[in-house]
Amino acid sequence: MSKQPSRTIKVDTLARVEGEGALYIKLKGDLVQDVKLKIYEPPRFFEAFLRGRHFSEIPDIVARICGICPIAYQMSAVHAIERALGVAIDPSVRMLRRLFYCGEWIESHALHVYMLHAPDFLGYPDAIAMARDHQAVVQQGLRLKKAGNRIVALMGGREIHPVSAAVGGFYKAPSKSALKELVDELKWALDASLATARWASGLDFPDFEQDYEFVSLSHPNEYPFNEGRIVSNRGLDIDPSEYEDNFTEQHVQYSNALHSVLRGRGSYMVGPMARFNLNFDKLPDVAQQAARDCGLQAPCRNPFRSIIVRAIELVFACHEALRLIHEYEPPAAPRVQACARASTGQAATEAPRGLLYHRYELDQDGLIASAKIIPPTSQNQKRIEEDLWHFVSQVATRPTEEITLKCEQAVRNYDPCISCATHFLRLHVERD
Amino acid sequence: MALRIIGCGNVDRGDDAAGLLVARRLHALGVETPGVEIIEDSGESFSLMDRWAGFEHVIIVDATAPSGKPGQVRVWNALVDKLPEDFFPSSTHAFGVREAVELARTMNRLPQNLLIYGIEGKQFSFGAPLSPEVEPAVASVVERLVTQVSDEQCRRQRRARGSGS
Repeated sequence: MSKQPSRTIKVDTLARVEGEGALYIKLKGDLVQDVKLKIYEPPRFFEAFLRGRHFSEIPDIVARICGICPIAYQMSAVHAIERALGVAIDPSVRMLRRLFYCGEWIESHALHVYMLHAPDFLGYPDAIAMARDHQAVVQQGLRLKKAGNRIVALMGGREIHPVSAAVGGFYKAPSKSALKELVDELKWALDASLATARWASGLDFPDFEQDYEFVSLSHPNEYPFNEGRIVSNRGLDIDPSEYEDNFTEQHVQYSNALHSVLRGRGSYMVGPMARFNLNFDKLPDVAQQAARDCGLQAPCRNPFRSIIVRAIELVFACHEALRLIHEYEPPAAPRVQACARASTGQAATEAPRGLLYHRYELDQDGLIASAKIIPPTSQNQKRIEEDLWHFVSQVATRPTEEITLKCEQAVRNYDPCISCATHFLRLHVERD
Repeated sequence: MALRIIGCGNVDRGDDAAGLLVARRLHALGVETPGVEIIEDSGESFSLMDRWAGFEHVIIVDATAPSGKPGQVRVWNALVDKLPEDFFPSSTHAFGVREAVELARTMNRLPQNLLIYGIEGKQFSFGAPLSPEVEPAVASVVERLVTQVSDEQCRRQRRARGSGS
């Protein structure tokens, strides 16, 4: 028997601020020998940074953890602290928080669909190259993203690093007339999202399905943002306070990031595809119909089709934002007072990339004694690796360069925090 | 002839704060006058393109990636120079200044004049202060921009007097 040649594919990147990512794949002949996805996140710096701070400072600090998802970090933080302190928020504040989240989903999904994932499907190395031939597509993506940004800027009090969210509500609630000014652009954004879904459904998708355990929030009456039980398609149904009883983080030698697993079960998927599959019946009619028109059915098990799912969630977020603005009545007071006490609170909310879990332990003065933050990227990391094990087997006969590009696309299906960097990877391919 | 100075970065990320600190010090020095605006931004591409829209003259100040010379100040004329990827590698969470410039170049959305001041950083750790090597560079860029803005205002006044005579 002849000796099989082996190939090693390494994809390295240098990130300016944080989250250096790398992908390592080893092939022997056409057989996969090893797959390692390395996402180097600064381990637990954030949680240490929060210790000793007063609970009222936390929403502003965690907003600066992620440039794309500041609202998600704020929402998980305020809900966890409110659960610890027994704070019940005004129903109008609850609506405003949903609207806030709509803005972030629109911004984040528009960025990912148009600027990060679309170049993969259309055969370009990045959005800059794609813009030369598809300027109208890029323009539409930019305008959609801006529509989300307008919500965040109005609600957050400023363009970047929103500062308005507070434990108990907001520092300031917007007027009805201020929200009404968003309506025309959101109506355009809804139409543009429907067009985005139709466009995305016409892309070519690899024939690749996996048997996933999908995990997301589930609420009895609505597509989930801030509230609900954590459920899965395999019977998980828990309160967020039971998260750490059911999930655990494993350290892997080759990465500073921790891999989350369901205890006794293994990997799972969070994010748009999980939400869509577990909450399809909670989508408004316009989004359900758009999905059907795109040939998308729950459960969808092809991760490459997540670009369509994100477009459907864009439809939902625009529609939901318009509904919330239409029904909005300003609260009597923008926030309720929260009184310090020794306590612990947990919450999970749905960041654009998936479930974001926070836990805070407070002392009697309201200072943070300990904090735990589990972002969606670390929850998906093990699942991404497993996708790659199976996907590389399907494309192993292709040239190394093509395998590399396909694998990057497979990683981007999850919109991990490294996905921006992986569009500008310095590729390093080794062959024996 | 409106001028906008945009200081970019994250104040909680060590030397990534350099651009923001330049903007804050210019503001504190009263450099912001009619025709001269100073703002802060995260440096995310798409918001940057919106932030320079409508301004003829734009100056961006941002931290650049370490290359062994912390505190070194580099200046690029974005209309002429392609920004080097070595100094502006992508952040993990967002497109940055380099992508903003190159995407805007492709889409004809660059302002008429765009200068990029890059201050080389040493470390970008969460919660870390500015490195000692970077502090003088921030002061130096502030000084250069104060002079630049002052010269620009003098030129404007001369032009206004000339057109009024």
